[in-house]
Amino acid sequence: MTDIQNDTPADALVIAGVRLSSRLFIGTAGYPTQSILFDAVAASGAEVVTASIRRVSLQGHGSDTLRRLKGHRFLPNTAGCETARDAIMTAELAREALDTTWIKVEVIGDRETLYPDVAELLEACRHLVDDGFTVLPYCNDDPVVCQRLADLGCAAVMPMGSLIGSGMGVANPANLELICRRSPVPVIIDAGIGTASDAVIAMELGAAGCLLNTAVAKADDPVRMARAMRYAVQAGRDAYCAGRIPKRGRAEPSSPQLGLVGS
Amino acid sequence: MRLIVNGQGRESAASDLDALFREEAEETGIDGPQGIAIALNGCVVRRRDWGTTPISEGDRIEIVRAMQGG
Repeated sequence: MTDIQNDTPADALVIAGVRLSSRLFIGTAGYPTQSILFDAVAASGAEVVTASIRRVSLQGHGSDTLRRLKGHRFLPNTAGCETARDAIMTAELAREALDTTWIKVEVIGDRETLYPDVAELLEACRHLVDDGFTVLPYCNDDPVVCQRLADLGCAAVMPMGSLIGSGMGVANPANLELICRRSPVPVIIDAGIGTASDAVIAMELGAAGCLLNTAVAKADDPVRMARAMRYAVQAGRDAYCAGRIPKRGRAEPSSPQLGLVGS
Repeated sequence: MRLIVNGQGRESAASDLDALFREEAEETGIDGPQGIAIALNGCVVRRRDWGTTPISEGDRIEIVRAMQGG
């Protein structure tokens, strides 16, 4: 049963023992302005927000941006890393910079598609789990890879819906449904979500959550899209939990068939 | 003293990581150590240890910050 008086379903997402108030994880990059970023994050209702780790430079980058999101739970990433070694180093720096053991591990094997390098990803995750991190890997939509990551002790797995930033939605629903059905850890669909219906589909497949950034940040109205995503994730989750009707090839009248006028 | 900071050679008079961070903060306009992390020769140094971690000629230092990301 769901508590329908409350926005938060009674079956809240729990990762590594932490009960989260939203199944939507939102990225913080690429918004038109800082103020739109803050409004969009608020409108999304997300508790978890992602961050990146970069060398300090003369360009700045709004030093107080993340400070103003401090009521949220940060999920720093290792975006851009191409080796396990760099990802591990970035994770260690992130733990110190943001005072969190949570890390989104991303090890890229191909610059054009940003597909994960599975061998390096597994190595990085093994090391980071052993080092006490709460590891959430961005990974391929491959049931075996997801199982291996869960076996290593990852707190969740985050298979791609489709290519990062592509907005192509859920490219392989059959795979994701299989992963969601079999995974011993929460499955967060990460990357590729383009609009609200994509998020609904991901959740209806049984995902525990969605992580998205570009779909909101680059929408014409990011704040309104953030709100759409909030409702989409809730709607998809509710539909999944409620249990859809089976599809049938023939019509089935929904109104009573007795007492028809003129019969 | 010659150091390699964020992959670039630079001269510094700093004798420890805290002093180096303050030099860097001055240059880049960073207003404090919040959200910052430092690694010395590939090992992360906790913030509370910056002031007691000496640096020497040729050290490789990474100074990073958390920022917006996806």
